[in-house]
Amino acid sequence: MSSNSLPMPDAIASAPHLTGSARVLDTLHDWVITVDHKKLGLMYIGMGLFFFLLGGIEAIIIRIQLLFPLYHFVSPQVFNRMFTMHGTTMIFFTAMPILFGFGVYLIPLMIGTRDMAFPRLNAWGFWIALFGGLLLYFSFVGGDGLYGAGNAPDVSWWAYAPLTSRAFSPGHSTDYWTIGVLLSGFGSIASAVNFAATILCLRCPGMTLGKMPLLAWMYLVMAGLVLMAISPLTAAQIMLLLDRYLGAHFFDTQAGGSATIWMHFFWIFGHPEVYILILPSFGFISEMVPVFSRKPIFGYPIMVAATVGIGFISLSVWAHHMFTIGMESYENAFFVLSSMAIAVPTGIKIFNWLGTMWGGKIRYELPMLFCVGFLFQFLIAGLTGIMLAVAPFNWQLHNSYFVIGHFHYVIVGGILFAIFGAFYYWYPKMTGRMLKQKLGLLHFLLFFIGFHLTFDFMHIVGVLGMPRRIYTYEPGRGWEYWNIVISVGAAFQALGIACFAINLVWSYFQGTRAGRDPWDGWTLEWATTSPPPVYNFAQIPEVKSARPLWDFKHPEDPDWKYL
Amino acid sequence: MATAASTIPAGGTWAPPPRGPVGMFCLIAAESAIFVIFLVAYIFYIGRSLSGPTPREVLEVPIFNTVCLLSSSITIHLAVRALRQARMLAFKLFWFLTLALGAKFLIGTGIEWHHLIYERGLTIATNLFGTTYYSLVGLHAFHVLVGLVGLTTVMLFALASKVRPQQSEKVEVFVLYWHFVDVVWVAVFTTVYIVGR
Repeated sequence: MSSNSLPMPDAIASAPHLTGSARVLDTLHDWVITVDHKKLGLMYIGMGLFFFLLGGIEAIIIRIQLLFPLYHFVSPQVFNRMFTMHGTTMIFFTAMPILFGFGVYLIPLMIGTRDMAFPRLNAWGFWIALFGGLLLYFSFVGGDGLYGAGNAPDVSWWAYAPLTSRAFSPGHSTDYWTIGVLLSGFGSIASAVNFAATILCLRCPGMTLGKMPLLAWMYLVMAGLVLMAISPLTAAQIMLLLDRYLGAHFFDTQAGGSATIWMHFFWIFGHPEVYILILPSFGFISEMVPVFSRKPIFGYPIMVAATVGIGFISLSVWAHHMFTIGMESYENAFFVLSSMAIAVPTGIKIFNWLGTMWGGKIRYELPMLFCVGFLFQFLIAGLTGIMLAVAPFNWQLHNSYFVIGHFHYVIVGGILFAIFGAFYYWYPKMTGRMLKQKLGLLHFLLFFIGFHLTFDFMHIVGVLGMPRRIYTYEPGRGWEYWNIVISVGAAFQALGIACFAINLVWSYFQGTRAGRDPWDGWTLEWATTSPPPVYNFAQIPEVKSARPLWDFKHPEDPDWKYL
Repeated sequence: MATAASTIPAGGTWAPPPRGPVGMFCLIAAESAIFVIFLVAYIFYIGRSLSGPTPREVLEVPIFNTVCLLSSSITIHLAVRALRQARMLAFKLFWFLTLALGAKFLIGTGIEWHHLIYERGLTIATNLFGTTYYSLVGLHAFHVLVGLVGLTTVMLFALASKVRPQQSEKVEVFVLYWHFVDVVWVAVFTTVYIVGR
């Protein structure tokens, strides 16, 4: 290893010694023009956390409004804007950037290369997504075209036609929603192209597809889903813009257009989107569970097959969001069956993670706590999903809080828990410092309690008949207590998030030094320093199995002996 | 056994696929999905317009235009083959021919639209046929336009003698896109001028 003799670009960056504001400007300039996957990954994550805060505030406003019957904390108009912005923000500008950020940061490190396949496209994808998010929030100021107060979009995150037509959504708020989401979609497609090209073309020598870290597999399938699923949304948004600006009639029911076709186009995107978010989360879990169980992943090929299976099936389940629009019975039957079929590969994954833990020497470090929370909650989320996939059951509970409870179980109980786990697991790699253990434990407990208070009881209030998206409700329907419990849970979650945020900042300055490999990991990112140098690896590694660092640490018993 | 790496033959047969074509195929996959949605919308709305004109009344089948666009796939193939074999004059000639055929197609679409708008009174806001026709054909024409920008860029570089045979792999990545634009036209043409008419 002759790393010191190589002329590396970071030597240039540290050369001039600047002071004061010049140094701040220089650093800022450095971050703005960067095409380094690690900086872009961190910026993606930072963007996600920023919008997470905004989306969280909107959720809290929703929960305060629903705390008591006939309560008037905000006006109905503001309430509509809040749930629209909450949904749009959390999906497009929180979950996607954070997951993309982890991918952009980790994948080149895990497959042993120096950057993404198209570094400039990577930067473009990030900045266009950020611009989309800022444009969406600019609607609070400019939504009415600057004369008259601004207003945020209020058409809900799926923006059903014909509510979005000029007649029913005057002003520009819906356009901010459309263009903001459209731009973030362009960014997502660019990033997906980049993920696929990076994973397929830049693997280090010896890393065949069967020896990639599972996270890389999950991101590869996710990238394919982005290409197949975000594009329909892009097409539908273009149609909506044509309707609103050029007087086209795609979703104009007055001129023979169909409102239903918007639903189809939206959910052709909307359901795979769930898998676009959950597959990277599966990737995190598949990396963390083996390391903290001290066992290789159980059934690697089956995991890959299940991932690809989920990818394919997820493209054919979308109309289970639409059972109540009155489809033909064979259509209903198809979507019932396909939605149930997707539970099979998902179930396989859960059993594989359990199989990995079984008989392992489990270390309950913070990432593992979140993994176990994920397994338990994601299982329940899957089970309520199967319940909702049954058309007659769905007819009963469609658009109720039961549905809200179900998909928040997936997105918060599943995806967000996996993301928190990933933060505790990879933060040491990204910053060189460990996150505080006790504060992390407090975060886990508060958030775990808050999560269950909020989303468990949403199922109950949903079965009791409370519809989603209502501004307020009459007393005496048996919903009051549940709504108070749900809102109290939201407060617990907010406290948990506060612990997390404090931990992120505090540990950056005060955390104990992590070193290269704090968790005794097995994948290549732990082979380099924390944080990694600009060039990642002084020498491009060569691998012979899916656990190259295990092979390196245990030359007497390497994995590749058994391949 | 010292390290795992010592038994791997250095610089052996490790050859993952090149990133350019993989990236372009991914983009083509995404673009195909966009076109599928527009095609589905077109097919779904065939015969659902509440007022005239109907496709049969106003559309003329652009056969010559189609021949131009499809044959540009052949000329661009010949161009890139000439580039690989370092026959630069043939490359420039075939590349220019591709550019001209593509431009002819776009101008043809422009003339067709002018005719429809000013003589037949069909705009995007007239009826569902106008909505779906202009958006689908327009989406394709937009892709042709992007292709023409790319073709022109390479042409300018070629005229300045900046394109070398070693760069043929990069040029081929763009050629994939041009082929895609042609293939999509087959689907659009079939839908709009044969099935829908």
